[in-house]
Amino acid sequence: MATVEEKAQPGKRRVSEDVLRGFFREMLLIRRFEEKVEERFRAGELPGFLHVAIGQEAVATGVCSALAGEDVFASTHRAHGHAIAKGTRIDRIMAELYGKIEGCSGGYGGSMHLYDLEVGNLGANAVVAGGLPAIVGAALAFQMRGEKRVAVAFFGDGATNTGTFHESLNLAQLWKVPAIFVLENNGWAESTPASQQLPLPVDQLGKRAAAFGMKLIEADGQDVEAVYLAALAARDHALAGKGPVLLHLRTYRLTGHYIGDPQVYRNRDALNEERETKDPLRLLGARLELSDEEFAAVDAEVTAEVEASVEFAKAGTDPKPEDALKYVYA
Amino acid sequence: MPEISYREAVRDALAQALREDESVFIMGEDIAEMGGSMGVTQGLLEEFGPKRVRNTPISEMAIVGSGIGAAIQGMRPVVEIMYEDFLTLSMEQLVNQAAKHRTMSGGQVKVPLTIRTQGGAGWSPGAQHAQQLEAWFVHVPGLKVVFPSTPEDARGLLWSSIYDDNPVVFFEHRTLYPIKGEVPTELEPIPLGKARIHREGEDVTVIATGRLVHEALEAAEAAESEGISVEVVDPRTLLPLDEESIVGSVRKTTRCVTAHEAVVRGGFGAELAAVVQHGAFDWLDAPIERVGAHFAPLPFAPAMEQWVVPHAEDVLEAIRRTVARVR
Repeated sequence: MATVEEKAQPGKRRVSEDVLRGFFREMLLIRRFEEKVEERFRAGELPGFLHVAIGQEAVATGVCSALAGEDVFASTHRAHGHAIAKGTRIDRIMAELYGKIEGCSGGYGGSMHLYDLEVGNLGANAVVAGGLPAIVGAALAFQMRGEKRVAVAFFGDGATNTGTFHESLNLAQLWKVPAIFVLENNGWAESTPASQQLPLPVDQLGKRAAAFGMKLIEADGQDVEAVYLAALAARDHALAGKGPVLLHLRTYRLTGHYIGDPQVYRNRDALNEERETKDPLRLLGARLELSDEEFAAVDAEVTAEVEASVEFAKAGTDPKPEDALKYVYA
Repeated sequence: MPEISYREAVRDALAQALREDESVFIMGEDIAEMGGSMGVTQGLLEEFGPKRVRNTPISEMAIVGSGIGAAIQGMRPVVEIMYEDFLTLSMEQLVNQAAKHRTMSGGQVKVPLTIRTQGGAGWSPGAQHAQQLEAWFVHVPGLKVVFPSTPEDARGLLWSSIYDDNPVVFFEHRTLYPIKGEVPTELEPIPLGKARIHREGEDVTVIATGRLVHEALEAAEAAESEGISVEVVDPRTLLPLDEESIVGSVRKTTRCVTAHEAVVRGGFGAELAAVVQHGAFDWLDAPIERVGAHFAPLPFAPAMEQWVVPHAEDVLEAIRRTVARVR
């Protein structure tokens, strides 16, 4: 069988404590960044509407840490963490959220369309599963040119119900392209729970790989080390010419679908319990046995970075209205 | 000058691009061994191999979408959507993705993707294999739309589409594949956005696309015998549109007929009429006439099908109406 379930073993200490501390710092940076985004949005400073991925930081950091600089990815409407973890400067992301020309998409994209070609960010996508086919095509280009690179698509459990998902995984497996499909399974399609949108039990969504004969690798999406090891294994598989991988990561969205979502659909006790038991930062902090002082020192650093990003963004340049026409055609 | 068919012209542009440029590859349903449902890609698999002439599953979203990804990574894919009716299955990727990546990225991303497709009535394919949907795509900023009517234009415009750095939707007409025409010995690229004046005239301008270019030329001959001098202009590229040539022609003739096989309502003729009335309002001696299909899904029975879509006599009647106003 081409499909083999693999569970990354967090017990195997393949990841040094230094590396894990680096992961912790990045995850806290993402958390503080998104908390700041919420705050500035509620203060009325950010146009549009926004989605944060609080609770899902281990997915962004674990996967992107396993990628090489020349690897590429496409993201979703919940993209800040992926963009930060792949190496885009946070001040350029914040400037994008403020609609400034210093933003990573020049103010043309916004939160749901963060791009940074230099670090391999092919774009966050506001259409659920919209970025998947292009990742197949990017991987096809790498395969045709014999380049040792992978293309990665992030998407949620909701996306696995679209035709685009099925067409993309089908074609990727048929042509054995070096792609990794990162199923960031938080169990919610906006406000609709798994029980109302998934025909499979939420934890068994990885079974969908079997329909394509695709390699499945699964890990606990709240355990950054497990995610990292699983993503490394997925990358090795794809680069070995064995075909794409469905990387199924069960994770938890510890906030609403969008900033300001009253979450009337959600059981408060269950949410509070998830916040107590599933927060990837708490889990990693406990594992590293960080002291209060150590935590405070890291927190002060990343908080200062985030504050600086807001200053950078606010000092940014507003685009000229007529520049709306500048990039319609190449 | 050699004479080749419209089908051979498309094939020749593909073959020459594949021969000269490793970044070009083609993919689509049944395009390899079978050579495409219309025989356009026959022989290409043998010359270029299965890596560059790729059969795909029946997955229009993935065909267009993977073309987008490969294009962003520096390839120049030419994907085939077997019938333009099936473009509807790939609309998300075309409209939300291909057309918008460049703007959404603030100019970082280029999508040099060509989407070839074909359609058209006249052989009783029924309602889902013959629509003319080109106007839909003209409404989308970021796409280019090309619709050649002759072998020379098909070859030269396809070449330019492949080498354009934007997504181009390239429409071919089913019934034009066998028509023959002279082409330059060496492939001469034809720039996108330039109309062709097929026939000069003094009294009426017919702006026609696709099959209706040929119907318009036939109507023009008939009108000539009635003493009406007709100019026939083919925009060839619908987006961007050569407004200067079109307006210039109508300012000269003072009357205008638009003609396409697609339904009249909301058709490309409406856009042409708007451009003409704005650019040539003070020159017009008659209301602009629009020729197109009746507003119905295409019926199967030949008698109904032939009645629904326009022919040379419909163009001729429209020409007569424009001159009757002042004569």
